[in-house]
Amino acid sequence: MEPVVLITLTVNGAQVTRNVAPRQHLVDFLREELGLTGSHLGCEHGVCGACTLRVNGDIVRGCLMLAVQANGCRVDTIEGLSDSKELAKLQKAFHEKNALQCGFCTPGMLMAAQDLILLKKRVSREEIRSHISGNYCRCTGYQAIVDAIDEVING
Amino acid sequence: MKAPSFAYAKPRSLAEAFELIERPGAKILAGGQSLIPSLNLRLSSPELLIDITGLEGLSEIGVQKGAVRIGALCTHAKLEKSDELRQHLPLLHEAVAHIAHPAIRNRGTLGGSLALADPNAELPACAVALDATLVLASGKGERRVRAGEFFKGLFETDLKANELLVAAEFPTADKSVFLELARRQGDYAIVGLAAVARGGAKRIALFGFGAKPVLIQPKSLEEAKSSLPAASADLYNTASTKQHLAKVLLDRAWNRLS
Repeated sequence: MEPVVLITLTVNGAQVTRNVAPRQHLVDFLREELGLTGSHLGCEHGVCGACTLRVNGDIVRGCLMLAVQANGCRVDTIEGLSDSKELAKLQKAFHEKNALQCGFCTPGMLMAAQDLILLKKRVSREEIRSHISGNYCRCTGYQAIVDAIDEVING
Repeated sequence: MKAPSFAYAKPRSLAEAFELIERPGAKILAGGQSLIPSLNLRLSSPELLIDITGLEGLSEIGVQKGAVRIGALCTHAKLEKSDELRQHLPLLHEAVAHIAHPAIRNRGTLGGSLALADPNAELPACAVALDATLVLASGKGERRVRAGEFFKGLFETDLKANELLVAAEFPTADKSVFLELARRQGDYAIVGLAAVARGGAKRIALFGFGAKPVLIQPKSLEEAKSSLPAASADLYNTASTKQHLAKVLLDRAWNRLS
């Protein structure tokens, strides 16, 4: 029989308690148990970045963290940061610069970009590219994404 | 893919961890940035994962006389942000910026990288170049192993099944150079080197080159290039490409070391 572990965590500000199988990773937990389908699963082995989440304030690969490991943690997803308007400027810039086409990578891309914005310092385009190097986009060729992030950070 | 089924335990103390480690099919989980992909790809099927991230006192960076001691649970991100590391151990500080991407560096740990012994990884090569000492603990006590003896082969180390890597001590160097060639930022290197000079002596460890970090201790650039052992090919690069690129890196590194 599949073992289960009782976990309690804070997701987008709300406390959640559930029994989870240790083998379930955090994004499957968010998507399947909580219905938060904004975090996407591309590769499920840490390469594509579509699953990027914020755990205790730091971005992580949601597919490379087990739900049980998030016990006691504060987890923020694209839904939470979008609803709180934290991402409003970035979302507007992505829209205006056409920084998405199919949109599959966009939630992870926004999470990674916001992580850079929170450093509150001016950065070069090279540094932007480096910071989002772990987030794959197969549509845009990145130029417009870098434009959007650059506009939010450097004006 | 999804990971196979396993049980999970999060010990509160080292003693508890040493008890759990004796169970059949037990495996240590630290940052999980290599283990969880291997579970998701079903390349690994442990019966029990022992999550050691709740253990206290294993993530400190301590500057000692002539060395820096780093706890096994110290994340790459913490190393990257450490001014002490930048000042006392610039080789390691430069190296961590090459490890994958910010989201992975936030969870991946020094101890995990050393214990996994991926031949393409940055930190094992740094440990060998710096002649680091690894501290391995078990229920019976601690033992200390030099990095050069710790790495045995492809993903193979001197770590016994009932042992935990708890810290590594890196002696400082007079000069150091870290270089790697990768197709994209954050990719594993095609080939890379960690190089250290102390007094007149140089220690250069190549990674992405053999089954484990390859150490050379040349007296001249010519000797460095001629003393390279044969490289191992990978899926994308032939042995001769790696051999050539290693020489390119040696050229670039040498003057900065002298």
